[in-house]
Amino acid sequence: MSEMSPPALAPRTPTHSSTREAEPVLEIRGLNVDYGFGTEAVHAVVDCDLVLRRGQVLGLAGESGSGKSTLSMAAIRLLRSPGVITGGEVLFHPRPVEGDSSDPTIDLLRADEAELRRVRWSEISVVFQSALNALNPVITIGAQFDDLLKVHRPHLSSSERWDRGVELLEMVGMTGDRLRSYSHELSGGMRQRAMIAMALALEPQVMILDEPTTALDVVTQREILEELMGLRDRLGFAALFITHDLSLLVELADEIVVMYAGRLMERAPAASLFRAPRVPYTYGLLHCFPPMHGERKPMEGIPGSPPDLRALPSGCSFHPRCPWAMERCRKETPVLTRLDASGREAACWLHSGGATVPAELAMVDPGDRGPSAATRRVAR
Amino acid sequence: MSLTAQQAAVPPVSVAPVLEGRGLTKYFSVKHGRGIFPGTARLFAVDDVTIALAAGTVTALVGESGSGKTTVARMLAKIINPDGGAVLLDGKPVPHGRPRSYARQVQMVFQDPFASLNPIHRISYNLVRPLTIHHLGGDDLNEAVEELLRRVALEPPQQYTRKFPHELSGGQRQRVAIARALSVRPRVLLADEPVSMLDVSIRLGILNLLADLRDRDHLAILYVTHDIASARYLADTIVVMYAGQVVETAPSERLTDHPAHPYTQLLLSAAPDPDRAEPPSLAGSGAPPSLITPPSGCRFHPRCPHAMAICSTTAPPSVTVGPGHASNCWLHVDESRRVPDHPDVVAAKASSTSLRPPAAPPPIGTTQMRRTEEDRSME
Amino acid sequence: MSTDVTTLLTGPEPAPTSRGSRAIRMPRSPKIIAGLVILAVFAVLAIIGPAIAPYSPNEINQNWVKITCQQGPGLCIGEIKDGVPGGYVPLEVPLGPSSAHPLGTTLLGQDVWSQLLNSTRPTLVVAFLAGLVATALSILIGVSAGYLGGSADEGLSLLSNVFLAIPGLPLLIVLASYVPGADTSVIVIGLIVALTGWAYGSRVLRAQTLSLRNRDFVEAARVSGEGRLRIILAEVMPNLLPIIASSFLFTTLYAIGAYVSLAFLGLAGTPTSSPPGPWNWGIMLQQVFDNNAVNTGYWWWWLPPGICIALVGTSLALLNFGIDEFINPRLRAVGLTRKAARKAGISFRATLGFTPVMGGRKAPVAPVSGSNDGRGGSSR
Repeated sequence: MSEMSPPALAPRTPTHSSTREAEPVLEIRGLNVDYGFGTEAVHAVVDCDLVLRRGQVLGLAGESGSGKSTLSMAAIRLLRSPGVITGGEVLFHPRPVEGDSSDPTIDLLRADEAELRRVRWSEISVVFQSALNALNPVITIGAQFDDLLKVHRPHLSSSERWDRGVELLEMVGMTGDRLRSYSHELSGGMRQRAMIAMALALEPQVMILDEPTTALDVVTQREILEELMGLRDRLGFAALFITHDLSLLVELADEIVVMYAGRLMERAPAASLFRAPRVPYTYGLLHCFPPMHGERKPMEGIPGSPPDLRALPSGCSFHPRCPWAMERCRKETPVLTRLDASGREAACWLHSGGATVPAELAMVDPGDRGPSAATRRVAR
Repeated sequence: MSLTAQQAAVPPVSVAPVLEGRGLTKYFSVKHGRGIFPGTARLFAVDDVTIALAAGTVTALVGESGSGKTTVARMLAKIINPDGGAVLLDGKPVPHGRPRSYARQVQMVFQDPFASLNPIHRISYNLVRPLTIHHLGGDDLNEAVEELLRRVALEPPQQYTRKFPHELSGGQRQRVAIARALSVRPRVLLADEPVSMLDVSIRLGILNLLADLRDRDHLAILYVTHDIASARYLADTIVVMYAGQVVETAPSERLTDHPAHPYTQLLLSAAPDPDRAEPPSLAGSGAPPSLITPPSGCRFHPRCPHAMAICSTTAPPSVTVGPGHASNCWLHVDESRRVPDHPDVVAAKASSTSLRPPAAPPPIGTTQMRRTEEDRSME
Repeated sequence: MSTDVTTLLTGPEPAPTSRGSRAIRMPRSPKIIAGLVILAVFAVLAIIGPAIAPYSPNEINQNWVKITCQQGPGLCIGEIKDGVPGGYVPLEVPLGPSSAHPLGTTLLGQDVWSQLLNSTRPTLVVAFLAGLVATALSILIGVSAGYLGGSADEGLSLLSNVFLAIPGLPLLIVLASYVPGADTSVIVIGLIVALTGWAYGSRVLRAQTLSLRNRDFVEAARVSGEGRLRIILAEVMPNLLPIIASSFLFTTLYAIGAYVSLAFLGLAGTPTSSPPGPWNWGIMLQQVFDNNAVNTGYWWWWLPPGICIALVGTSLALLNFGIDEFINPRLRAVGLTRKAARKAGISFRATLGFTPVMGGRKAPVAPVSGSNDGRGGSSR
């Protein structure tokens, strides 16, 4: 993997990739989500801030129980009982309408049901891990497209709706005749493709991809991701990509946010996060994926196991598993703070208050010197 | 853990196998067709697979879902009986059924630690039972149980014996499952995707435990997985399966660095790899075939970017392309010999993937290896 | 203990909140408590009922008045019907509830309260005997069929299908008419009811055993060399317990219905005949019906046995619901009901598909150091 670099946090001039300059489309501010009430409440997401910019692929990485799915489902208020949103705001910025100067921003947490219905699917769509559960088993794929378009695109005629369905399926690499199939007649990969086509049907600005390829084989996963990224380049939607597979995100995302025990631990451009992680948990997580090349070396993973949300350790939740834990980590909970001019953020006491940063967490940030995932894709 | 030292010390090819599956075949009867009276058809989940597990080595069985890798492991564990071929322990065929003596030699670890431990039994029960069945406990069962828990790094053991499975985390449960398998002091451990249900941060811990068991206790381990990167990390030998058949066998680093079979190349090109400088280009496309009506000839030929005429008519022989490296692909057969049912082909096929040099070695060597590398670089 | 929030969201994991033994947790459900209380009251009545009954259930009030038959001499003179001397009717019978007769009397001046007390024991004995025997039969046949598979399964399944297909009541009537002792012995009638009531439970248990048979933990037991009987008894059966309990309750409920029906049809003996049959709620209802008490407004006569049947039925059903909730955590109301919310002082509209948002911006969650309430150790 990455070789050791001198422990230097060289101040860099801020260089922004195109996606980071883009205006935000979805802003999550101070989101808090609990499961249950009162004394029994489990704080699944604590004070999370996220900004998803237009056309950006934002990766959200974390293990089970880290709150990554909870965060995204709560943001569009799809979280099931006993989930309760206890604070924060989720601002959705629709495309500005020509000549309308009023602020069209919607706070999804304050929105009523009618507003939410308007935004969901047509502006923000979701692809779940299990398409078999998300697709209706008793009607054909075509009928489901038809239902969707009938509600949201009432001006389309029946044959136009069918044509749109064919067009959408072909967009995700399926043949139009699959509209006549039932979901159980499709393979896992095909089902997930159909699900993506359905999520794209109303040309949303944001797609939330919740482990969309976890249940699939690597080859199918790769095919679908390639298609998805191609569509992103073509259609320009922003994607919040949630997965436990950090190694996949590094290849895929423009920016990555790492979650642990309900809190954001680190946010950085994908290449920076991979080459120069700043938070011990990110560092450990990156070293959980054995490399495909080079000499085989013993690796250790992260000692211990992910914490029980009902009995979180004091201070930084990661400190019992952290090789660099200090006294302060046991007492105070670090918050996500900007590290340097590059704009990346970390929630770790090692980077504040004059603590010595270990060499492993101070590798040179490649920044934008190397081609970012986005530009690499465009170049193809 | 000393992965590299271990490999140098024990070249997997020279060791006589403890457990061997020869020509294993398994088919399932499935409903085929539509209507009120669907016919039944045979689904060849595993078709003529030969695999050998040697003491002190980890053999990884890699493939996508539906490739038959789990079925092979279950046949080796004698959970299901093969419809063809034989399971050999120390070179002797194992009688039908599941004799207790076999359970003492061959143990299995299942994929889902949430399902493989009975929710109603305490941890101690799970470990005491095998000891009692096989009269291994000695005088102090408690001590034996604690020793087992210590071996899988669940310390202090007293903290775990009285617990129920649901009180443990996934990683801890999988360690208990491994301890249960170890309790009878087996010589072979069959691990069916032991880490795929676990959180990424604790997977390496389990893999390192398996490596440790190989090195310290000289266990023969079968590691079934879909994750080729973890197979490369843990295994000495990797066997790649596709559509119920073995397509390639090689020492693990050799397999990932110089894959000889187009399917292995496809798998590697699709695997997540953050170190990749360029975005991957898939070496092939499509999905695995139906196992009810598999393609004729080589089962990979409809997806293969290098498919030739012969590939669709005749199944390829197993060709040795390097030390301990065999690939079932016509690309590695000399052009003049790409004749259907040539005697050499039959001979080569008979020796299949048994890790031993074939009886009549087909012309092999650097020319073919180079060809594959050119093929790869062309993509 | 695991607090996998994604699991809370999707819910595949078995009861992650359970602490220690499951059996201790069960009676917390209000349904189970209510069911157990009602059943306990009837159990006590069944035991001490005959002892505390103020009169004999057959005892006829001796305040007879000789009447001249109004409806013609042939009808009443010289006849002895139900122990009543011909030509006599009791004084102002039936009597309404009074201090001497808390539930009034029958047309013959028999004390309804005493009849009720004497009827409880035979009814419950038949019900629970039939429930037990039928459940034992269904375990024997269902679990064997499911676990053994193959031709054993086919044979045993055929047997239970035959019993399912035969209409229950006609079979009951035939058996009760021809089996000797059916009109005097609660044991015999209980066995007859059991014979007609085991098949349904057997089907359910077979299906569940089939799914358990190939579970990993059963296969793990096989791989470690466990014998077949031991696997059935120690690995499979304990996991069937909730279903066995539910099946037992269901059969018991069925048995009450069947016994009451038989008695109502006069096939379970008469208490005044010789040898006397047992009193039960069915006999009471039969006499009510024979004397047209429902239409004539003698509510104290027909209401008590009716209520008793309904109460025992309700208690069994409540227990069954409670067990259902126990088996399927999804049915458990997990804290987030409107009532619980109101109690917690939060008002929101709990609508399906819209995650509730607690009003106002919440102050940052206090440092979690105090949340470790001594349940440390295991974590995930």
